[in-house]
Amino acid sequence: MKFGILVNEGPYQHQASDTAFNFTKAALDKGHDIVRVFFYHDGVNNGTRLTTPPQDDRNLVNQWSELAKEHELDLVVCVAAAQRRGIVDEDEAKRHGKNADNIAEGFHISGLGQLIEMGIKADRVMAFGD
Amino acid sequence: MGNGAKKFMYVNRRAPYGTIYALEGLEVVLIGAAFDQDVCMAFVDDGVFQLKKGQDTNESNMKNFSPTYRALGDYDVNKLYVEKESLEQRGMSEDDLLELTYEDEEDDYKEKPSIRIVNKEELADLMEQQDVILNY
Repeated sequence: MKFGILVNEGPYQHQASDTAFNFTKAALDKGHDIVRVFFYHDGVNNGTRLTTPPQDDRNLVNQWSELAKEHELDLVVCVAAAQRRGIVDEDEAKRHGKNADNIAEGFHISGLGQLIEMGIKADRVMAFGD
Repeated sequence: MGNGAKKFMYVNRRAPYGTIYALEGLEVVLIGAAFDQDVCMAFVDDGVFQLKKGQDTNESNMKNFSPTYRALGDYDVNKLYVEKESLEQRGMSEDDLLELTYEDEEDDYKEKPSIRIVNKEELADLMEQQDVILNY
């Protein structure tokens, strides 16, 4: 089956990203396809490489980056939601005159159309949040 | 609407200004309109407050985005289901809601209401018919 994954909450504050990650990994392990993982609302905060949790805790951002590398996952952070919350890649930083970017490896910033397209392409969309 | 269009339902469950879900949810609907799918919206629980008329955010420093709902008809988003029980629980009726309309191109562009009041059983049936449900 082809799954689309929507993550609507940030890491640590909320379980959504952990559950989405575990689901995505389990689906891949069972041989399913992941069309895309789309990060929306505070979910965009899963995509900053500046995240530094205590050493004895999981690093959710790195977990997503590693899973993306291993399975060539398409991790998309919504541009409008990202701008509000200060998640920027190199292009966005230049465009808005910011002196740094913070996007994590394997994530990229794109538009909401990617969410709708994910809904069209996937057999099932799984949304994680409240 | 092309053949093979999917049925998308956007479910709005939260009040408009306490969190950003309503505003960002509406942004998805507007962008999604370009994809020519079979789209509807549902308003349940505190989500019914999103459609309340006479919203005034002047003293709360929030942007009043309720006029944007009026544009939905032009985007071919013209099925807005509002759950009857949610309205009643909040002491509201259809008269408290924005008057939203669309022009029905299959009926000589007659102006018709976009808001339809449904009870929870009817809404459950509608949800059952959807391919993709996004809820905020």
